[in-house]
Amino acid sequence: MMNFDYVKPATVTDAIAAAAEPGSAYLASGTNLLDLMKGGVSRPSRLVDVTRLPGLDRIEWQPDGSVRIGALVRNADLAHDSEFARAFPAVAEALLSGASAQLRNAATIGGNLLQRTRCAYFYDAASACNKRWPGAGCAARDGENRMHAVLGWSEACIATHPSDFCVPLVALNAAVEIEGRNGRREIALDALHQLPGATPERETKLEPGDLIVAVLLPAQSRTFAAHARYIKLRERTSYAFAIVAAAAALRIENGSILEARLALGGVAAKPWRAGAAEQILTGCKPEPGIFGRAAEAALSDARPSGDNVFKIELAKRIVVRALTSAAAGTPERVPALPGSPFSSVSGVLHD
Amino acid sequence: MNFPISLTINGVRRDIDLDDPRVTLLDLLRERLDLTGTKKGCDRGQCGACTVLVDGRRINSCLALVVSHDGADILTIEGVARGNELHPVQAAFVAHDGLQCGFCTPGQIMSAIGLIQEGQAGHDSERVREGMSGNLCRCGAYAGITEAVLDVQQSLATSNQRRSA
Repeated sequence: MMNFDYVKPATVTDAIAAAAEPGSAYLASGTNLLDLMKGGVSRPSRLVDVTRLPGLDRIEWQPDGSVRIGALVRNADLAHDSEFARAFPAVAEALLSGASAQLRNAATIGGNLLQRTRCAYFYDAASACNKRWPGAGCAARDGENRMHAVLGWSEACIATHPSDFCVPLVALNAAVEIEGRNGRREIALDALHQLPGATPERETKLEPGDLIVAVLLPAQSRTFAAHARYIKLRERTSYAFAIVAAAAALRIENGSILEARLALGGVAAKPWRAGAAEQILTGCKPEPGIFGRAAEAALSDARPSGDNVFKIELAKRIVVRALTSAAAGTPERVPALPGSPFSSVSGVLHD
Repeated sequence: MNFPISLTINGVRRDIDLDDPRVTLLDLLRERLDLTGTKKGCDRGQCGACTVLVDGRRINSCLALVVSHDGADILTIEGVARGNELHPVQAAFVAHDGLQCGFCTPGQIMSAIGLIQEGQAGHDSERVREGMSGNLCRCGAYAGITEAVLDVQQSLATSNQRRSA
């Protein structure tokens, strides 16, 4: 690991000033950053430790029913907050399907949004990677790429965003509160992450010094609580990143879908909201035929970036599974195997 | 530049004048404090061999910078037994053959203690396996590990019942 200067500012203002300097990086828990630094993938010259900044570790319910989640809230604490899990069950399930208990105890929700891709060529400092070294080329294009993107990728980069948490968040219209050199602003989570295009090194809309201080979920998104699931297919049942994942949330009244939300994970450089599929579902009865049409619409722009054509069909089936599971109803408790299609809870199709 | 750090490790306060911000909690324990019970497996947060409790919560000590943990209360495998009396989780690992080579065992035991304190798994073997998935065992002693954790959960439930009766 390259040596670095270490500062632990006491205020957000001081943190922003320190982090705006070239070569600086914020340190929260470090579960991703320290791993990258050990591998020589990230080489910050200064770490700005934000773990002691006051007031960022709270889950705050607002008078209008929305919730403001401080960026330093730990993944496990948010998932196990019973009021939060009741209001946003798919978010709790996604959190608990990610990483291991040890990592969830440490990792922060702000850090989760900014974790880096798990593309093996990004992680291997000896491989060509346009993200690490703009213009170097992309070793993944002709490499082991069965896990890579099928939506929104470019010739420059086919990496995926690995977060589970972000998938239901983007489906539920989450926003991100950012403090920066020009004060505080709020942007939709869907607008935070960028598709690679010709500049895959530019992953988010954040400017130097910008600090994510909170994630916001609107009160209206609680209306999906009775029919919300996160389904994630992995190469092992626990402690693995998604091959493909889907968050589905339905508002069902009198046997019809009044409103639908759908997003996919593991398929693109950002959590992928499937707006066209949501439109197809609106006003329909929650039945297999319409779920299949929604899945086709969600993947209509998909194309393989390598040996991963299978992910397109797989993603369609996971969409159908997530919609079916959501329609069957949110289980009383997060399943023993969170997000797993192999968990024995209501709504599972054994086909 | 040195960083003055104060930690409580297994109930003992340790004042450390840290000369390098890169030192992880794992390396501090093993290389500087001679607490070698905590193991270094992958050193990248993938195997769980380095699991310790920090402020009562299980984490991977390989992915924790000491400099960021000033004031923390740390429990390692060296701090769980009372003299010659094993911690109930240690005793259960022995009773159920929850180990073979033993390298992952300190991490497994610290993780199991954390899991039990979290109170999410109960007597559900599937929840125990899921909750212990951050600890790999190359010998494949998983069946015994799960039985050991379930056994301790059962004993705790029984003694709690007796206490409340």
